Amino acid sequence: MKILVCISKSPDTTSKISFTDNSTKFDENGVQYIVNPYDEWYALVRALEIKEANGGNVTIISVGAAGDEAVIRKALAIGADDAVRIDTDPTDAYYTAMQIAEYAKSNGFDLVLTGKETINYNGSQVGGMIAEALDQPFVSVATKLDVNGTTLTLEREINGGIEVVEVNTPAVVSCAKGMAEQRIPNMRGIMAARTKPLQVVAPVAVDQMTTYVNYTMPNAKSACKMIDPSNMDQLVEFLHNEAKVI
Amino acid sequence: MSVLVYINSKNGLHKSAFEAVTYGKKLGDVTVITTGALSADQLATLGNYGAAKVLVDRSVEGEDDQQLTRVIASAAEVCSANTLIFSHDLVAKAVAPRLSVRLKAGLISGAIGVPSTDGTVPVNVFSGKAFGHVKVNASRTIISLLPNSIQPEENGSACSVEDFNGNAGSAGVKVLSTKKPEGEIPLPEAELVVSAGRGLKGPENWGIVEDLAAALGAATACSRPVADIGWRPHHEHVGQTGVAIRPNLYIAAGISGAIQHLAGVNGSKVIVVINTDSEAPFFKAADYGVVGDAFEVLPRLTEAVKKFRASGH
Repeated sequence: MKILVCISKSPDTTSKISFTDNSTKFDENGVQYIVNPYDEWYALVRALEIKEANGGNVTIISVGAAGDEAVIRKALAIGADDAVRIDTDPTDAYYTAMQIAEYAKSNGFDLVLTGKETINYNGSQVGGMIAEALDQPFVSVATKLDVNGTTLTLEREINGGIEVVEVNTPAVVSCAKGMAEQRIPNMRGIMAARTKPLQVVAPVAVDQMTTYVNYTMPNAKSACKMIDPSNMDQLVEFLHNEAKVI
Repeated sequence: MSVLVYINSKNGLHKSAFEAVTYGKKLGDVTVITTGALSADQLATLGNYGAAKVLVDRSVEGEDDQQLTRVIASAAEVCSANTLIFSHDLVAKAVAPRLSVRLKAGLISGAIGVPSTDGTVPVNVFSGKAFGHVKVNASRTIISLLPNSIQPEENGSACSVEDFNGNAGSAGVKVLSTKKPEGEIPLPEAELVVSAGRGLKGPENWGIVEDLAAALGAATACSRPVADIGWRPHHEHVGQTGVAIRPNLYIAAGISGAIQHLAGVNGSKVIVVINTDSEAPFFKAADYGVVGDAFEVLPRLTEAVKKFRASGH
């Protein structure tokens, strides 16, 4: 089975978020980049488990400038066979998805995996867009994935529950918690990652459909009102009369 | 302007549907597209929120992403819609991106408000730590709206309901079985949420959390460590790598308030924090704070809420 795993870089989850250039750009100063957790912990690790059980090949793909290769090597250290970097700054989800779909089309994968969303833009867009561009079924927010020949059996979240579904390859799946456990790369993996093939591919021309014009921060909360722990009637009264939420 | 709103009516009509129609009405003339078996009388009630017409394709029963994509795209052509609205739920996460490609439309997902005068739409970014203001460069726009972002507005009217054939084609995904907890309020749509963390010391102690939730009519949630060690199911985990919610009221007991947890809840209108540690970082993000033991405070709060509800509220 040939599996393509899409990864994105994202700021470390503990990063302080701030903006620069008149609030039009994310301030990268002092920000540590990691592999987007959903892409790494669930999509990549599950792809490796499938390969270990059934044989095949796992390729990592990422859309980004040369500076992103450190993040791609981090992912390779966990254990993929090779990686592809589409050499361009990803401007939005559509642009990113079309670059990946173009590569996937000409290289023929049985399964394309993404994380369920990135933790910076939270769009949940790229997986579905790739699926439509490839005219393949899309199972989104899957929490379990088993492979039996050309049939995939999956569990996925639906509104208010879980659904068990079956789909034939080729297909696109977005991966969420439950699918696999995080793997910490060992020294051998880190050394091997240095020399694994990382192919750089030129981007195709794609329209940018959306623009993030600027960013704002949530309003600072006013001081927290402390309530005596023995007087919960007062808290209820505040929630009713002052905050008007009950 | 012609606006098409997709409504998931599989489990009846919910507040998130009314929000989506209300949102669409603010942008133009609303046609609703839906699928499934809900009666025309029930669907006609969407007129109350501003829909002029409901189209329903009875041939599609499930939530197959490819079938829904074809049906919604056909409806968009029929009513020449240049704007499509979704509620940002699990169906929208699968279908809206497909439609973006099929219709060459700019997709704005996770909107938290209506477009401003400069045409940008506010969305959550960095898991709720900041807002982005997004504009679309294409001639068509798709917006998926986070639940609890706007208030449904009623006008007292009903609307017409027409059967529609959207050429759904066959489903790519075969559903084998469904597990659905009965009677629970879906967390992302809940207006009131009671949440707890490691401070509760063990899963056997969750009764006091559930009691308060039941008294309030709230959904229950939890912090990441609690979901990771299996005290609570994963779908209850709110935070950066869990669900992001924006209820009217979020009550957190025994959760210290790490930055990753705050990311998932800081869209809440009012936050109440209960913690034994007066230095817990969560108090900085709270509107009301109680320094005290959850095992004493939660039952006391439950009694106070019961008394309040019994007095006719």
